[in-house]
Parts: sequence; structure tokens; C-alpha cells
Amino acid sequence: MEGQLAHIGAGLAAIGSGAAAIGVGNVAGNFLAGALRNPSAAASQTATLFIGIAFAEALGIFSFLVALLLMFAV
Amino acid sequence: MATEAQGGEGGGLVFHPMDQFKIKPLFGGDTIEWYTVTNATLWMALAVLAIIGLMVLGTSRRATIPSRIQSIAELAYGFVYKMVEDVAGKDGVKFFPYVMTLFMFIVFANFLGLLPMSFTTTSHFAVTVVLALLVFLTVTIYGVAKHGTHFLGLFWVASAPLALRPILAIIELISYFVRPVSHSIRLAGNVMAGHAVIKVFAGFAAIATISPVSVVAITAMYGLEVLVAFIQAYVFTILTCVYLKDALHPGH
Amino acid sequence: MATETHAAAGTAADAAHGAASAPGMPQLDFSTWGNQIFWLSITLVVIYFVLSRIALPRIGAVLSERQGTIMKDIAAAEDLKAKAIEAEKAYDKALADARAEANRIAGEARAAIQADLDVAIAKADTEIAAKTAEGEKAIAAIRASAVESVAAVANDTAEAIVASMGGKADAKAIAAAVTARMKG
Repeated sequence: MEGQLAHIGAGLAAIGSGAAAIGVGNVAGNFLAGALRNPSAAASQTATLFIGIAFAEALGIFSFLVALLLMFAV
Repeated sequence: MATEAQGGEGGGLVFHPMDQFKIKPLFGGDTIEWYTVTNATLWMALAVLAIIGLMVLGTSRRATIPSRIQSIAELAYGFVYKMVEDVAGKDGVKFFPYVMTLFMFIVFANFLGLLPMSFTTTSHFAVTVVLALLVFLTVTIYGVAKHGTHFLGLFWVASAPLALRPILAIIELISYFVRPVSHSIRLAGNVMAGHAVIKVFAGFAAIATISPVSVVAITAMYGLEVLVAFIQAYVFTILTCVYLKDALHPGH
Repeated sequence: MATETHAAAGTAADAAHGAASAPGMPQLDFSTWGNQIFWLSITLVVIYFVLSRIALPRIGAVLSERQGTIMKDIAAAEDLKAKAIEAEKAYDKALADARAEANRIAGEARAAIQADLDVAIAKADTEIAAKTAEGEKAIAAIRASAVESVAAVANDTAEAIVASMGGKADAKAIAAAVTARMKG
């Protein structure tokens, strides 16, 4: 019973991956919108883009980690 | 080990997505002491050999007109050098060999891990935590040694209203100490997630009717993983540069 | 992979052990951390020394050398370009000189020819003038003799007409009348 609850929890934690996907999409989409308005400034901001994506994705990875812990470690 | 046995058509559907990350002694035996040569050791050594092959043997001719391998080595050099210079500033160049070491190790460990049947050293928190803590300690020690108490200006946001500053200081302090955590878990998590997902799709390939879909999915995931392998190395390196900039120029 | 086959024997032996002690995630099996950290530190130190002692200075030297070579080549190319421009200028100057010389020679030749021509024309003009004068003189003589002949014929004719009309012709009057008529 406890193991099954852990699996349910893991599934719930996996929702966080979708939330992180929204975040990454927001970052990339806004970068693209800005880049199309001012293409000359876009090249200098790709590093910022990747840093932003990395921060957004890290939180999704955290939720993935929680899911894994619930699946395998509990 | 949690294994789900699902009554599929005929055979059983068994997932072992985490088995690929097991550390095994390379030459028999069943105990892992601190000196035991394991599969992790083997793939770290292969990464070292690959780096030596690219950066030392590939450039041994010192040709003015580079060969292909030398071009790749020069490309990597220029890529990381420009990153350090742009992000950390001109005086960050003295950390260039250090940043280059991190970048080369991560990128080679990631790509070697993409070979079938291989072991991915960067998927282990033990590895990435050490890498992230190294960066964290370098930044903190260098920052304190160079700027002394002025380094604490990193947490005291002078441009904010006075009433908000203590609250911001607490937030900045927390975010500063969370850095190595997110820095390490991001890399290991990304690599582990990709490999585990590929393994899960590989488990589905046991069912004949959906195995074509599974193979296509594995191929697509593999392509994504190649991208992730590079981007995570890039992100780790550029965040290192960002943190080094804090040590070199504290204060916002 | 060689490792797999190599470790296969060991795996079978420690399968029971691994299943018993290792948690679900190998990453969280802290008994392996010391091992990994030990080998990782060796790896990083080796990579750091290989890169900082051998590879990076070498690549940096190659890159700066290439930069120097490119700079030198560009300078040499610019030198050659300047030389080419100079040569073109010299060529242009020589061409202009030759052209001027040719113009001068042609002018001289033209002047000489003109002079010869002028002399010849002048000579021809004088000859023509002399011939014309002679001709005019001859014409004048002929005209004078013709007028005399006409006067004589007129006198004779007038005498004969007067004589045939039965009158006695006064030679003096006839001559006067003829002269008056010929003048009118």
C-alpha cells in the first residue's frame, strides 16, 4: 500500500516536468519575440537565453528527481 | 530494485531504467573500496584519453594551417576562451584553464555516455556535486581572499531601499548557498533523465506491435540527448563563469 | 563492451549482495561515493595539468602565430599593392612621354611639309601670274589690232557705200564718223 502511494506521488511529481516545460517555452518564446524585434542584439544575448533556460529547467529536473526518489528510493 | 512486471502480450514488460547507472567493480570482486577500479573509473579514464587525444595529439603538429582535429581543438579553445572573457571579464582569463578543464571533462563524459552500453560518469551526483562544490569553493575562497569583507557586498544590494535590504540579503544568501545544489543536480538530472527515458522506451520495444514506435522514439530521444549533452556542458561552464564574475567583481 | 563481459562473472556473484544493499537509485548508494570522488579528483587533476601545461599554451601559441602570419601576409600584400600602383604610375608616365614625343615628331614633319608646300605654291602662283600677264598682253595686242582692222574695214566700207550712193567721199569726215561710232 505504501509503495503504491509512493507511485502515485511520483506521478504527481512528474507534473512538475510539464510546468518546467512551460517555463522553458516562455523563456525561449520571449527570447524569439525580442530577437525578431531587434535581431542585431539577439546574438549577444544567447548566453543569457541558455542561462534562463537552465534555471527554468533545473526546477523541472528537481521534480523529476523527486519522482525518481519516490519510485526507487522510498 | 523496483521492477514492474506487466502482463503484456505473451512476455512480461520489465523496466530497469536505473540499472545502467550501477557502479560495478571492473575486475571482479563485490566490494567497492575507495581505490577499486570500477566502470566509472574506466569511463573517466576514457574521457581523459579522449581529451589528451584531441587537445595534445591532435595539435602536436602545431600547424599554421590546421588539420581537422586541430581545428576542433582550436574551436573548443576559442569557444571557452571567449565565454570566459565575455562573461567573467578580462581578468577572469586566469581561470581559463580551470574552466576549460570542467568543460572538456563534462562534454567528453556526456558524449562518451551516449555510446551504447557505456557508462555515464556525469549522471552520478557524486561526480557533479564534486564539480559544483569545486566551483563554489573556488568562487567563495577567491572572492573572500581578494575582496575581504567587500565580498559580502554581493548580498547587500546597495541599490535597493534600505528597509528591503535585510530581506534581500537573506534571499541572496540562500540563493548563493543553493547554487552548488542546483548547479550539480541540473547536470546529473538532465543526463540521468535522458538515459532513463531512452531505457524506458527500450523496455517498450519488447512488445512487437509498438516496437516500431519505440524505436522511432528512442532515435528521437537520442537526438535530443546529443543536444542536451552539449547544452548541459555549456550551461555548467557558463554558470561557472557567471559565478566567477561574482568573485571577481562583487557588488551589483 | 569489454567491461560487461569482464564483469559478468563478478556480477553474478554479487547480484544477491547488490540487490540486498543498494537502494533503487545507484546515484544514492553512498558507499560508492568515496570511490567516485577519488577517481574523479585524479581525472580532474590529470586533465587540468595536461590542459594547462601542454595543450592550452600550445594552442594559444598556434593561434597567435597564425594571427601574426596573417598580419604579416596582409602587410606584404599591401606592400605589393603599393609597388604595383607605383609601377602603373611609371608605365602611365612613360606612355604619356612617348605620346608627347610622337606628337612633337608629327608636328615637325607636318611643319616641314607645310613649308615645302608653301614654297611650291608660291612658285606656282608666280608662274601662273606671269603666264596670265603674258596672256593678257597678247589679248590686249590682239584686241588693239582687231579694233584697228575694224576701223579700217569700217572706213573702207563707208567710202564704198558713199561712193556707190554717188557722193564724193570725204576721207576725213568718214574717219571721224567711224571713230565716233566706235566709241559710242
